[in-house]
Amino acid sequence: MTFWEYVGSRHEQLLADTYQHAGAVFQCMVVATLIGVAIGVLTYRSEWAGNLAVTATATVLTVPSLALIGLLIPVTGLGVAPTVTALVLYGLLPVVRNAIVGLRGVDPSLVDAATGIGMSRVARLFRVELPLAWPPILTGIRVATQMLMGIAAIAAYASGPGLGNEIFRGISSLGSANALNQVLAGTLGIIVLALLFDAAYVLIGRLTIPRGIRA
Amino acid sequence: MPEPEPVSEPVSGGTPGAAPAAGNPSGATIELENLTKRYPGNPAPAVDCVNMEIKAGELVVFVGPSGCGKTTTMKMINRLIEPTSGRIRIDDEDVTDMDPVKLRRKIGYAIQSSGLFPHMTVAQNIALVPRMTGWSKGRTDARVEEMLDLVGLDPGEFRGRYPRQLSGGQQQRVGVARALAADPPVLLMDEPFGAVDPITRDHLQDELIRLQHELHKTIVFVTHDFDEAIKLGDRIAVLRERSHIAQFDTPEAILTNPADDFVSGFVGAGAALKRLNLTRVRDVEIVDVPTAAVDDPLQSIFDKLRAGTTNEVLLLDRHRRPYKWLRRGDLMRARGSLARAGTLVHDTVTRDATLRDALEAVLTDNAGRVPVTGRRGEYEGVVDMETLMNSVHELLEEDRLDAVEHQHRLEEQRAQQTRQEQEGAPPDPPPDGPEGLR
Repeated sequence: MTFWEYVGSRHEQLLADTYQHAGAVFQCMVVATLIGVAIGVLTYRSEWAGNLAVTATATVLTVPSLALIGLLIPVTGLGVAPTVTALVLYGLLPVVRNAIVGLRGVDPSLVDAATGIGMSRVARLFRVELPLAWPPILTGIRVATQMLMGIAAIAAYASGPGLGNEIFRGISSLGSANALNQVLAGTLGIIVLALLFDAAYVLIGRLTIPRGIRA
Repeated sequence: MPEPEPVSEPVSGGTPGAAPAAGNPSGATIELENLTKRYPGNPAPAVDCVNMEIKAGELVVFVGPSGCGKTTTMKMINRLIEPTSGRIRIDDEDVTDMDPVKLRRKIGYAIQSSGLFPHMTVAQNIALVPRMTGWSKGRTDARVEEMLDLVGLDPGEFRGRYPRQLSGGQQQRVGVARALAADPPVLLMDEPFGAVDPITRDHLQDELIRLQHELHKTIVFVTHDFDEAIKLGDRIAVLRERSHIAQFDTPEAILTNPADDFVSGFVGAGAALKRLNLTRVRDVEIVDVPTAAVDDPLQSIFDKLRAGTTNEVLLLDRHRRPYKWLRRGDLMRARGSLARAGTLVHDTVTRDATLRDALEAVLTDNAGRVPVTGRRGEYEGVVDMETLMNSVHELLEEDRLDAVEHQHRLEEQRAQQTRQEQEGAPPDPPPDGPEGLR
């Protein structure tokens, strides 16, 4: 069976896996963004807290993904829970770091002007600081998404959803007729998904970054 | 092509029920009482016990060397820096403990780098304070147009632009428009023209003078440029380190009668020349010279030249703008053709020009006289060396007399105080001298 025949005969299964893979990455990214930006907002003012947040999230990233998922199984059980936890944890670092760098990088004279014309702290954050820090934050989200695409494949190890199942099935039946096709289909699916997401981020950037600060 | 709108919609800040700024066209008084700022870990205060009264509608310039605390003092007025002790009163209302966010919405604020938010259009920047204080959309939009007009930018052209699409001078104008948008009685300006080129700065200063003539805000203006202080200030506070007031007086008084060596050092050389910046052409006598229009028949121009007491006439173009100086011999030499005769007028001054500008123009003119023009460039008269000399002499004489009288009054006050103290009576509070503090 050639690769294309394989894809043709299994396209329903493959589409379902792809859909789940995309869904898992997307949802985890939304959660990671919300938590990451919140951590950034809470810590960027303080030298100490900001550095702690960046170091802590960086430490998570040094744990191999397979190990982390393995460690999570006794805590959360199999399936969706360890997948989501791992993906969110891995997605945090780029978002937190870029949020802190972006918020700290806002021109102090603009912050001074915002306060001086009578903005409250909340207004200043939402109308001046976050919009100006948005381009680096978006870059962080983009990098994190790319990373999660690959890490999500490992989630199949804990019976998680997604294209990782194809890859693991192929690896476990090496030597059989379809083993290579399975690994190939899973990997290519992830690459295509990653490219599609990246294109989506370019579009999101065009739509959400105000013209006045677009590079 | 329609541009995508930013979707990061701003969150409304503060209380929406805040009262809109009252339509109070003129300024408010500002009183600083024993205002002090200490930073932790530094025994010497950054600002030490400043007392100052600023009248409504007055433009006061804080001028002093870098690090003298002038900006700190100004930022305590809108409490961007919280004073360690002392009181601030605006229009007799103590604002030292008021909610700083509400306070700041009633105080315009313009800073050096313009402080415009780069992700908002010019219109959005200007609309910020009115929207925050609860103005309706329609009223705010109308106000944005009005403010752009006021600072000399065409609303149609500039409303939708982003700050980075503006020149430095235009950004500063928008910055001033934003500061004035909610019609605050008080305006704080922190070296607003420090980062633009000298020519633009000069224009912006002229614009500010014009604005202030219309609006009569109370303006506190911080600069380290003494010439700028002289040009703009109704009164100037010369500050030395820790914001100690070395002298607080009118520019004329500071130039002719500096309080001490520090002030005279700051005034620098050429006080008499700087004095010329304070008087405008409209304040001095201008003379009339015989004029003729380009359309006049040659014969009548000849007649004027022969009959006149001077030996030249000023030829005006069809819009009555000065065009050429014609001397008696010129027409002969050019064989009766107006096109070739005479010397072109290459420089004119307006009624609003300073005497310094006028002197400059007179000095560069080879015959030592310059036409004065009105708003549309039409002829109004002529200034020459002699008029300028006389005016300057008169001005300096007047200043000297004022200074002597001022000195005399101060001495009298002091003598009276000493007498009262010797008699054991409690001294009267010193009457408000012209310098308004001490």
